Amino acid sequence: MQALDDITVLDLTQHIAGPYATKLMADYGADVIKVERPGGDIARRLPPFQGDTPDPEKSGTFFFLNSNKRSVVLDLATAAGRDAVAALVRKADVVVESFRPGVLDRLGLGWDFIQRERPGISLVSISNFGQTGPYRDYRLTDLTLYGFAGEMYSMGMTDREPTKMAGTASLFESGAAIAPALLATVMAAELNGEGQHVEIALAETHFGGVDRRHATAIAYQFSGRKTLRAAGAASGMPQGIYPCADGWVDFTNAALRPDRIDDMLGYADWLKEPDFVKARTRGNVPSPDVVEAWNANFLVWCLERTKREVWAEARRAKVMCGPLFTTQDLFEDEHFRGRGFWHEVSHAALGTVEMPGRPFILAEGGWELRRPAPLLGEHTVEVLREAGCSEATIATVLQEGAR
Amino acid sequence: MTQKRPLEGVRIVDLTVVWAGPFATMLMADLGAEVIKVENVHVWQPMTRGAMARPPAMLLKIAAAWGGGTPNDEPGDRPWNYNPTFVSLYRNKKSMTTDIRTEAGKAVFRKLVAVSDVVYENNATGTLEKLGITYDWLREANPNIIFVRVPAYGSTGPYYNARALGVHLEAVMGHQLLKGYADADPSHGTAIFSGDYMAGAQGAFAVMAALRQRRKTGRGQLIEIGQAENASPMFTQAIMDYALNRRVQTTIGNRDLNGCAPSGVYPAKSPGTAVEQLDRWIAISVETDAGWLALCDEMGNPGWAADSRFATNDGRLAAHDELDQQIAAWTREHDDYELTHRLQARGVAAMPVLEASRMFDDPQLRSRGFFRAQRIENGQTYEFVGPVWQMPATPVEFYQGPVALGEHNGYVYKTLLGYTDAEYDALLAAGEIGMDYDANIP
Repeated sequence: MQALDDITVLDLTQHIAGPYATKLMADYGADVIKVERPGGDIARRLPPFQGDTPDPEKSGTFFFLNSNKRSVVLDLATAAGRDAVAALVRKADVVVESFRPGVLDRLGLGWDFIQRERPGISLVSISNFGQTGPYRDYRLTDLTLYGFAGEMYSMGMTDREPTKMAGTASLFESGAAIAPALLATVMAAELNGEGQHVEIALAETHFGGVDRRHATAIAYQFSGRKTLRAAGAASGMPQGIYPCADGWVDFTNAALRPDRIDDMLGYADWLKEPDFVKARTRGNVPSPDVVEAWNANFLVWCLERTKREVWAEARRAKVMCGPLFTTQDLFEDEHFRGRGFWHEVSHAALGTVEMPGRPFILAEGGWELRRPAPLLGEHTVEVLREAGCSEATIATVLQEGAR
Repeated sequence: MTQKRPLEGVRIVDLTVVWAGPFATMLMADLGAEVIKVENVHVWQPMTRGAMARPPAMLLKIAAAWGGGTPNDEPGDRPWNYNPTFVSLYRNKKSMTTDIRTEAGKAVFRKLVAVSDVVYENNATGTLEKLGITYDWLREANPNIIFVRVPAYGSTGPYYNARALGVHLEAVMGHQLLKGYADADPSHGTAIFSGDYMAGAQGAFAVMAALRQRRKTGRGQLIEIGQAENASPMFTQAIMDYALNRRVQTTIGNRDLNGCAPSGVYPAKSPGTAVEQLDRWIAISVETDAGWLALCDEMGNPGWAADSRFATNDGRLAAHDELDQQIAAWTREHDDYELTHRLQARGVAAMPVLEASRMFDDPQLRSRGFFRAQRIENGQTYEFVGPVWQMPATPVEFYQGPVALGEHNGYVYKTLLGYTDAEYDALLAAGEIGMDYDANIP
């Protein structure tokens, strides 16, 4: 028995943010009916592909994002497609969509339709900038989302362009923010016996988010000060990212506990230099010369050790530190393997593949892989029969979906 | 008609620190839960209400704005109530104080747990154990409690005890090597805390899942969010590329992960320099050939753009550096917002890279009424960033300003836990509870 196994989600989202939210629902037990247009979710066309050959059944991105869901292919512009979706709405506890604003209404499948077909459930609409406002129809990508709504401005070097996060991280953050809203919406509808049309703008999930944007905004309100774009390497004792024998290690904010730094460094003689001792007393602001001299010694210590050796010393002394791992380092790491971070999955097109499993551990009712990401339309017949569609409708839908 | 908010009636004991925990409890407070921060006037927790309880004004001024930018850069009477790094995560919460290091303080805490649904903590591994507070101890106080822990690397395995902020565990999951300039080493990267976002949002989700489970089984449970593992979905494409192809991805800077070109951050006409924080930039993503033609058209179809190499995405990708130079030469003569509106009208994804102060002038955010005015403890009112969702029937209201230390002692002790006026006054007089940290805490 999984925590969300009594919830059915009708999922009309595609790409990354919406599907990540519905993946969380599905991975913890919800029956997520993923409606794909003929040809499929555009994420099926996103790399990486197994063997680098584009194939809608071999996208690693789609594979991760759609575990535990069932795929139904529908052309929502046709009468049979609309009949089928109406039948699915009547079985759903929540409907979630990410069409461009206005599209669902134009298809005749908007909030009025949902209320008519299934009073008491909610519709969650995800859009780039919101269903209203001058940017309603503006396009958005991971890059422009983070640039506009995230804290890109202060990421990078002062004399160069700001830089974004890795991959499509900002879209995954949005997906993580959508998930609690989806579940809360279901709970509110149960509590009140009434649904609502919830609206989530990807931009607002970042403007209101925790990754420094909330802080840089209120810091400006409070003090009129803005946040400089700067890298922090070697600006404290220690501070930022340092090279080591085989890579890099991050010591951001480690200097908050100088006692632990001394322990990590084995109370080396050079630490007893009076300038260093004075510089590291609480509330003191050391001169740049002293910081530079201290870091010259510290750098030697780092360079004599591998990233794993540095981290082991840091862990022993409870110093905040993180080695810069490659994906290979992560994949091979014994800690994560031993904890069951990786989950082996059998998939009809990909064979046996490992992917990250549970994002958190529930002692009861937690993460399970009931089925891998669906093949395109794998469950069209099964799901539509369950929903009570006629065989004639199913036949038409199959024909239209194959176009 | 007013509806009940989804978490109405759920009480959460909040022992969280820094960002990942407070963001989770804030989201649940936004959804209607009663979140009670348990604090201690005798113990300063670094990075939770600021770096220091009583920071010298000089330190505030040299700190980054988001760390030190208190109202007018002054420490004020109670600086712990308006540190910008934390203040915007404290809306809609209550605060009470008790010293859980003492038996008397622990008894108070135990009473609070007994009348609550959830205890949420993300302290360094071992912190609560040292105080004698474990899942078993909590279950004795309340058999159906839901207990959430957020250890950086989980409670088991060789790294269980490693100290980390978001930035460190993201380094371990690969983020630092997957972001930043392709032509500069990682030490030129800025610290990032997107893992705190992931853990906060997914932590709120986890609690709601456990509440549903409890409704079915009658039992609470222990939830473990290994924060590093929890952050990993952000790097799905890199992780799956290794899992499928044994390829190690490296940073692509501001280019597009899926290979659409051009994609970049280009200089715009600026009123000043980066040092003055007056430099302006525009992010542009060309997603299709049609988008490329539209961009060329907006640039006035310069001769260089007609090069046949640029007609296909593959050709543009191969010549990306050259395109970047040409596009930058055009963008630097123009205002970022002007170009944004022109390019978006042609279907090209472009947005200004906003320095934070400029969000308050943005027409979209203004038209949607995104910001919320809140009064802080010094009596001043400021505009805070708004909620991450719009729920019309169960709206996210900012019903409580950023909570001051001990602001709800009266409510928690007397109304909730049944202390008499005399008992409460005795605790106050003894300095066991209050609204100020001990005078000897720097």
